[in-house]
Amino acid sequence: MMARAGQYSDPHDADDDKTAQAAFAALLEDSAEDLYESAPCGYLSTLMDGTIAKINSTLLGWLGLARSDVVGRLRFTDLLTVGGKLYHETHFAPLLRMQGQISGIALEIKQAGGGRMPVLVSSVVKHGTTGEPLLIRTTVFDARDRRAYEEELLRRQQSAEEARRQAEADRARLQDTFAVLQQSLLPDTLPELPGAEAAAHYHTASPDRLGGDFYDVFPLDGKRFGFFLGDVCGKGPQAAALTSLTRYTLRAAALHDPDPVSALTTLNKVLHERYSAGGDPRYCTAVFGTIDPDPDAGRLTVHLASGGHPPAVVLRADGTAAYLPTPGGLLVGVLPAAPFTDASTTLGPGDTLLLYTDGLTEARTGKDRTSLYGDEALLAFAATQAGRPPHAVIEALGGLLTGFGDGLDDDTALLAIGVPSSDDQTSEDRTSSTR
Amino acid sequence: MDVVRRNNVTVTGNPQGRTVVLAHGFGCDQNMWRLTVPALADDHRVVLFDYVGAGRSDASAFSEDRYASLDGYAQDVVEVCEALDLRDAVFVGHSVSAMIGVLAADRAPERIGALVMVAPSPRYIDDDGYRGGFGADDIEELLGSLESNYLGWSAAMAPVIMGNADRPELGDELRNSFCATDPDMARVFARTTFLSDSREDLKRVRVPTLVLDCTQDVIAPREVGAYVNRSIPGSTLVTLDATGHCPHLSAPEATNEALTEFLAGLK
Repeated sequence: MMARAGQYSDPHDADDDKTAQAAFAALLEDSAEDLYESAPCGYLSTLMDGTIAKINSTLLGWLGLARSDVVGRLRFTDLLTVGGKLYHETHFAPLLRMQGQISGIALEIKQAGGGRMPVLVSSVVKHGTTGEPLLIRTTVFDARDRRAYEEELLRRQQSAEEARRQAEADRARLQDTFAVLQQSLLPDTLPELPGAEAAAHYHTASPDRLGGDFYDVFPLDGKRFGFFLGDVCGKGPQAAALTSLTRYTLRAAALHDPDPVSALTTLNKVLHERYSAGGDPRYCTAVFGTIDPDPDAGRLTVHLASGGHPPAVVLRADGTAAYLPTPGGLLVGVLPAAPFTDASTTLGPGDTLLLYTDGLTEARTGKDRTSLYGDEALLAFAATQAGRPPHAVIEALGGLLTGFGDGLDDDTALLAIGVPSSDDQTSEDRTSSTR
Repeated sequence: MDVVRRNNVTVTGNPQGRTVVLAHGFGCDQNMWRLTVPALADDHRVVLFDYVGAGRSDASAFSEDRYASLDGYAQDVVEVCEALDLRDAVFVGHSVSAMIGVLAADRAPERIGALVMVAPSPRYIDDDGYRGGFGADDIEELLGSLESNYLGWSAAMAPVIMGNADRPELGDELRNSFCATDPDMARVFARTTFLSDSREDLKRVRVPTLVLDCTQDVIAPREVGAYVNRSIPGSTLVTLDATGHCPHLSAPEATNEALTEFLAGLK
């Protein structure tokens, strides 16, 4: 309502009332015909075979067609794109027949200028008094903005889907890379030991992460063999780099001077120089040793040293098991000079030396996974295996690891070296490695 | 594998009568035959089913590989026939199902003894000397229409549609469900259907065959119906006075009459 300046405006102002009534009257005088023709949506009625019997001006305007070109001449499907026709025939028409109505179907109408206009179409079937279908009434709504928005959403959904697929492929590729890298840090096979046998097992805690445990057995000078097993700090690529450096340093050092304490001392120097100088101290624990087989006597001498690593277990043919203590050895790589402790033992027929990483002894056990497996349990388990050849001991320990289930959350390396007793199969084809 | 469950197989009609298998085409499900079943039920045993990916079939059995060719759908038909141990059945296929029936009859001749092809087309896309009515672009456009019309399909509705065949209280919610399909599976079926070329397969048909086409059908025009009739030795062509691609819905009386007459004439 308008209020003229300088006059009081009254809600019951006579002029204002007149204006409102005039507007209302104009609305009432709006004929049904005009409501139909100029509606803000397209209207059309067709016979049951789709022939257009009636169409409003709004829709004709959108189509760019004259009424005389359409009524009685075209079918509803003639207004649609070819894809829309297919959709109409396979979905729209049968559903309309079965349900008597259908609403909100997205189609495109062809415009005379060659353009296409996205629309939303709804139809109902009008039935005669006896229930027979007479004609189809259809409304057509302009859906240009909506369709643009939907397409935007669809595009985003597709690009999100594409990104997800890409991420999955990347992850798979990364896992493959990890697996290859991991294998490069472990020996493919263990060498044959005259009159003796070696067996190993490696458990990776997660396919996504490179493990930090390592082991190897290798020939030294035609008679003796070197071996090592250890655990670097951390996990992932940094740990893998450290493992690689450790492994090749130990192998090279052993060729130069196979004395276990000397080999670990060299490794200590290399790691300390490589990492501590850069302010990123990294270290490992390791057992390094040499094997001196005496096949004629049916035994071998083991000489080993430990740098902060859990002590080896010796399983004897008489059914006992005991730790081979190497007290006081420091972590390798922490200090510029570190003391390492060495020890020796002789293995006769039926004796086996077992090396392991702390993934085994620190496996969480018990119902609520709060206790650790521990050194004592390991010793007791080892005693049950005493007298058996290395591959059998490793197999039994592999079963033990599997039994830990999700309680085994760290990488675990196992290495057993021994002299099979004469009742066991000879070592020739018994050197084995499992991962 | 439970084929009956997988393909939502329904058996109705007269158990003593000859078996008629009604196979829906691309777009909807076995409900398409609702006006056909009553005309057959007195004298025939009627078998209905949904292809995997359509209607209330077991969507978990869907495999893009298997259903990327009509052979996969034909295998569905053969397996349904085997599950019910059908012998000498009459296979009535609408649209693409007509061609699926041709393939199935070739694979399992002892199970399918006659074919009725409703609005068939052995190839939808134009080719040298052959007019199927469509170009390859048109098929892409249809796939676009499928993407913009989920027809009541959504992740939330899927379990309702798939699992509640007979709960009328869900009627309103189930609007459009006869044609509701997982859009990904619908896309595969659409591609398989509209890019197929089964013209060579027609020559191998050896069973009595009725071809039904319509006077006005944009998907399977009359010249295509005539082509099918020409290609199948000894087949009968009946053109129904019907508009659209679904005469069994738009002209049920004429369709049923042609169908029952053909059935009565079989040995």
